[in-house]
Amino acid sequence: MPQARDIASAIPGKAPAKIGADALFKWFTIIAALVVPIIMAGIFWELLSLSWLALKTFGWKFFISEAWNPVTQNFGAASSIFGTVVSTLIAMLLAVPMSIVIALFLVELAPPRISKVVGSLIELLAAIPSIIYGMWGLFVFAPFMATYVQPFLGQYLGFLPLFQGPPMGIGMLTAGIILAFMVLPFITAICRDVFALVPAVLKESGYGVGATTWEVTYKITIPYGVVGVLGGIFLGLGRALGETMAVTFVIGNSHRISASLFAPGNTIASALANEFAEATDPLFISSLIALGLVLFIFTFFVQVVSQLMLRRMYRGWSIKV
Amino acid sequence: MKKLVCMMMLLAFLLAAGLAQAQTLINGAGASFPYPVYSKWAHKYHELTKVKVNYQSIGSGGGIAQIKAKTVDFGGSDDPLKAEDLKKDGLVQFPTLIGGVVTIINVPGIGSGEMVLSPEVLTDIFLGKIKNWNDAAIAKLNPNLKLPNQAITIVHRADGSGTTWIFTNYLTKVSNEWKEKVGNAKSVSWPTGVGAKGNEGVANNVKQVRGAIGYVEYAYATINKIPYTKLINKAGKVVTPNMDSFKAAAAAADWKNAPGFYMVLTDLPGDNTWPIAGATFILVQSSQLDKERAREMLKFFDWCFKHGGAMAEELHYVTMPDRVVDLIQETWSKHVQYADRTGMKQIWP
Repeated sequence: MPQARDIASAIPGKAPAKIGADALFKWFTIIAALVVPIIMAGIFWELLSLSWLALKTFGWKFFISEAWNPVTQNFGAASSIFGTVVSTLIAMLLAVPMSIVIALFLVELAPPRISKVVGSLIELLAAIPSIIYGMWGLFVFAPFMATYVQPFLGQYLGFLPLFQGPPMGIGMLTAGIILAFMVLPFITAICRDVFALVPAVLKESGYGVGATTWEVTYKITIPYGVVGVLGGIFLGLGRALGETMAVTFVIGNSHRISASLFAPGNTIASALANEFAEATDPLFISSLIALGLVLFIFTFFVQVVSQLMLRRMYRGWSIKV
Repeated sequence: MKKLVCMMMLLAFLLAAGLAQAQTLINGAGASFPYPVYSKWAHKYHELTKVKVNYQSIGSGGGIAQIKAKTVDFGGSDDPLKAEDLKKDGLVQFPTLIGGVVTIINVPGIGSGEMVLSPEVLTDIFLGKIKNWNDAAIAKLNPNLKLPNQAITIVHRADGSGTTWIFTNYLTKVSNEWKEKVGNAKSVSWPTGVGAKGNEGVANNVKQVRGAIGYVEYAYATINKIPYTKLINKAGKVVTPNMDSFKAAAAAADWKNAPGFYMVLTDLPGDNTWPIAGATFILVQSSQLDKERAREMLKFFDWCFKHGGAMAEELHYVTMPDRVVDLIQETWSKHVQYADRTGMKQIWP
């Protein structure tokens, strides 16, 4: 910085005004950038102080207790945490492989015109509001699950505890699949852009030495884009963790932990959406805010872990190059 | 010169706005259950008298909070406050409308009003003890129905609600087991089943899930054309949910000996009484600051009681019996007051 100022002062006449503008701009950017951590810290503080009553009353048991009883004033976050993790897991298991495959098709295999049309359709999918996914999930997808998918799974995989119970259409599995639909366009769009950035020279040299399309994809395109793909996955993960309306419609909203994916469950976000409006009791409100705190910490850790992973991969990458 | 004209115009505009403001505006907020009726009443009343009544449907909890904070002229609530709470907060409470809660089902081949349930069977279903529609206990009550082998799915409210309060109040009254295991509140820990948001959410879920049973306000069952069940009431008679059986519930209640009109219309006596009904309430401050404004507000409710019945019935709600309206008027004259230099003064009539 002092160097820059020296150069500026070396220019006769105009120097002072320029320094003023520079300083102004610098402070403006600093303040603007500071807004983000200040808001984050503020939210964290607010969540922590308002949930203190619940955390003090139930202690660490709050996080492992399955109870959620507004009558006896006994609350625990376990079923909500479980539901959040499981529904997100189902969504990621389905969406990640599919997104990568779609992106590879669009970049490597599809004729340019098809690629363009399908690409913009996928972007359109990302623009649909989540409540539309929810209503579609309840009115169209849940009956489809109840009549075709769940009876089929129950018949052939019913020996697994995962697929037992009456086929209701709504429940953890349906919520996970709807979530997969919702994060799919995000991950696909990012993967497509990342794969499209792979230098043509690299791919052409691959083909030049006689590699097949599969070998070029597997050994050049994917490794080159892996960092970007991971970034896309974490973006999708963040969205799946916090998704509210669509999940509320189809997950069944019950505070129970169940081995079966057909059974109803709930997520942190859906519990908040459902119960906040009419919660009048201090301990009830405090427990709900404690759920919010858990979600906040969850997403925070997802971000930190993703940043660490990406940094490590960058390091490995630069050594290779 | 131009500036002056502008100023004049602005002044004129402000004056006009001020005059428009002088037209009485009464604000209320609270329960969503009576909202369709209140807004219809308010609309009609405005046409007739130019008095504007504005009601925001924000939920019972919000209604109670806002009338306590005096940010509205009246609050609406589905679950009544107890007399001692009313006294503590300086509020007056009176009922306006009655609605019934009905059990709706989605059982293949069974239409509206065809199935009969008893309090015991209903409780056992919601406790998760009766798991299939072909259970012997259900068959015994319905010898003429062909009951399918279909698992029962309970659909309950996922959000806190007055409807849940009324329904669990009924189950608590008819079953000790329910009272001990679950209890009576705006949201409870359900032994089994799936949750849905709002009356419309429960109605839609019951429609979508085969073998489902849920509970909703009567209007949602009729509008969505979902089959409802009959119930056996306290007198041991089979009753159909309709305006008449809700009115019978309102008439069966002993309003006179209910301080603060604290009254829950569940499990009441009478041959034709629907067992799961509830009233919705209005809360006003007992010491009013503005006498004229308070009078205008009470005049509005008076008009509603006298002329609003037909409008309410179009929307599947029942207004209070005349006998109860008289009691309400008596309460107004006794307990709604304003202070001047010489002490508390009566506002109504």
